[in-house]
Amino acid sequence: MKLRNGIGIAATLFTFACGALAADPVKIGLILPMTGPFAAYGKQIDHGVRLYLAKHGDTFGGRKIELVVKDDAPGTAGDVSKRLAQELVVKDKVDILAGFGLTPSAFAVAPVATEAKKPMVVMNAATSAVTTKSNYIVRVSMTLPQITAPVATWAAKNGIKKVFTVVADYGPGHDAEGQFKKTFVAGGGEIVGEVRVPVKNADFAPYLQKVKDTRPDAVFVFLPAGELGVSFVKGFRERGLEQAGIKLIATGDLTEEESVDAHGDAAVGVINSFHYAEAHASPENKAFTEAYAKAYPSDRPNFMAVAGYDGMHLIAEVLAKTGGSVDADKFVDTAKGMKWMSPRGPISIDPATRDIVQTVYVRKVQRVGGKLQNVEFDHIDEFKDPGKQ
Amino acid sequence: MTPAALDLSPLRRAAAWHPAEFAFWLLPPAAYFLFPDYLALLSQIAITALFVLSLDLILGYAGIVSLGQAAFFGLGAYAAGMLGKYGWGDPLLGLAAAAGVAGLIGFVTSFLVLRGADLTRLMVTLGVSMMLFEAANKMTDITGGVDGLQGIEMKPIFGAFSFDLYGKTAYWYTVIVLFLLFLLARRLVNSPFGLSLRGIKQNVLRMPAIGAPVHGRLVTIYTLAAAYAGIAGALLTQTTQFASVDVLAFNRSAEILLILVLGGSGSLYGALIGTVFFMVAHHFLSDINPQYWQFWLGATLVLIVLFARDGIMGLGRAAVARLGRKAP
Repeated sequence: MKLRNGIGIAATLFTFACGALAADPVKIGLILPMTGPFAAYGKQIDHGVRLYLAKHGDTFGGRKIELVVKDDAPGTAGDVSKRLAQELVVKDKVDILAGFGLTPSAFAVAPVATEAKKPMVVMNAATSAVTTKSNYIVRVSMTLPQITAPVATWAAKNGIKKVFTVVADYGPGHDAEGQFKKTFVAGGGEIVGEVRVPVKNADFAPYLQKVKDTRPDAVFVFLPAGELGVSFVKGFRERGLEQAGIKLIATGDLTEEESVDAHGDAAVGVINSFHYAEAHASPENKAFTEAYAKAYPSDRPNFMAVAGYDGMHLIAEVLAKTGGSVDADKFVDTAKGMKWMSPRGPISIDPATRDIVQTVYVRKVQRVGGKLQNVEFDHIDEFKDPGKQ
Repeated sequence: MTPAALDLSPLRRAAAWHPAEFAFWLLPPAAYFLFPDYLALLSQIAITALFVLSLDLILGYAGIVSLGQAAFFGLGAYAAGMLGKYGWGDPLLGLAAAAGVAGLIGFVTSFLVLRGADLTRLMVTLGVSMMLFEAANKMTDITGGVDGLQGIEMKPIFGAFSFDLYGKTAYWYTVIVLFLLFLLARRLVNSPFGLSLRGIKQNVLRMPAIGAPVHGRLVTIYTLAAAYAGIAGALLTQTTQFASVDVLAFNRSAEILLILVLGGSGSLYGALIGTVFFMVAHHFLSDINPQYWQFWLGATLVLIVLFARDGIMGLGRAAVARLGRKAP
């Protein structure tokens, strides 16, 4: 009898001790496209998140981080993402929803975040309206208008008067076209032609000929990352548009680090605006890229890896400040206005919109030490999403 | 020979409910209590099963091959989505509208599809669905494009059951709709109409000789199957409150064809069992290994096709037959 009591007390004490040492872990449900056409998105974001945990430890505010990764391939089917989010909340009992490679996935999950009262950290999905869909959404990546407007401003200020726009014929393409036009015309420029090309068509010959015949000062291009962009840039060189005095300007995803090597030297000289470059010169980025190269030697870090890294940083900081609380209202209130030095430069969370405020750089593709890099030569500081104004 | 002399008892026996069928339909209510954490997945299984059923009606029973069933699925999804967006969010109204729109387009395009033979039909159905996809993609202002239709709001079913986070309402709703439409399909394939479809599938030249209007029958079943697919699409929109151009994507058409072959075409239960098997395998394999699950899913499918002709239902039938022989 005595013995049994003794064991009981010991057991109770032991449980108490464990409870005090390690509270319940914080579970983060990462919804990412890990297979299919957008598998590279999921891979890079996953790398970024894990790299952060590897570098800074996995316990914040006294609670250990536990990741649950769900593949929402193809990434464009909101129904799949929504079901996975429901399961993460109901079955896996996650405390935070994060990831979201593409906009439809974020849109579909937003009501789940609202209803279940879970913070939702968006690590890529770039349509401007994403953060308006739930009060619990915080975005750490970028918005499409945010990375489009700076190159238009730069062009208008640097002697480019007439621009021909070429965009992929789908939602984000239409948005990029609209934002470029708005900013460029406001800066005194003129749009002399615009075409929307089918997303599945990789034959740019007729469009490029049309651009050449129109003789603009520059052609602005927005295409989904990958094959399409490569074939456009190649065609641009082959048809001698450069010799005809036409500049190629774009959003930075055209020549981001994962796809720039596929372009080869054809990409040299492309001028674009974006928020992250592997070549960005800062001690934070140096540490980040070196750690990345060590952990994932066969990949180059790109903007999505940084978004995963920063998203994890945001979660870690909030946990540290709230002492491990994952209450959604408290989480979002703490995240609002948070400022830190990211590998991409200084960034903050806009308290009004919960969206990212960051420096956007104007860059030119060059060979640096044998590697194709986006070399920054101009920038707009603390740039908010112009899509919300 | 008078009609009375015709012995219809084998047909009546085939149409009668087998005890195994009652057992099968006890599974969905049981699953509700056994797997309360998986209701969202189970609802999507029910929706996909209905979608596969629509393909089974035309491919398994009437022999019309199609790679474009997603066209009707997407039409239904958008019909329900649009109604929900503009304040007509009653789910049952949405189902009716989806069935109407998809059925109408199914009826119109059936004349195109039925003109050709197998390969031509494959091309035409694929072509119709691609045209719809591109049209929806172009009209971003109306359809929301790849980002999805914004502002869909669903009202509670019968004004009483609203869609919840746990997916309870969604589950019962989708399962009941599936069951009712299954009953209708079951009644249909065992009717003289259904038998004439099977006759058409087996020998299209002989059927007119016994007085069966081949064209009319095929138009009817194609239209009906389109309406079924439309309802499945509407269910998806209503239970997820989301629709983007992805509902019209080719991979949805291809996936249900795969599921039907896996389950066994020409059998209504084949469509259902194939869906359950495929979706569950998909779910668990991708959970175990988010990066390389497709390899394992592919391997499973290849093995099943190699060792189980006529899909899972064929395998089941063979097993039952063997047991029957062994029994005294």
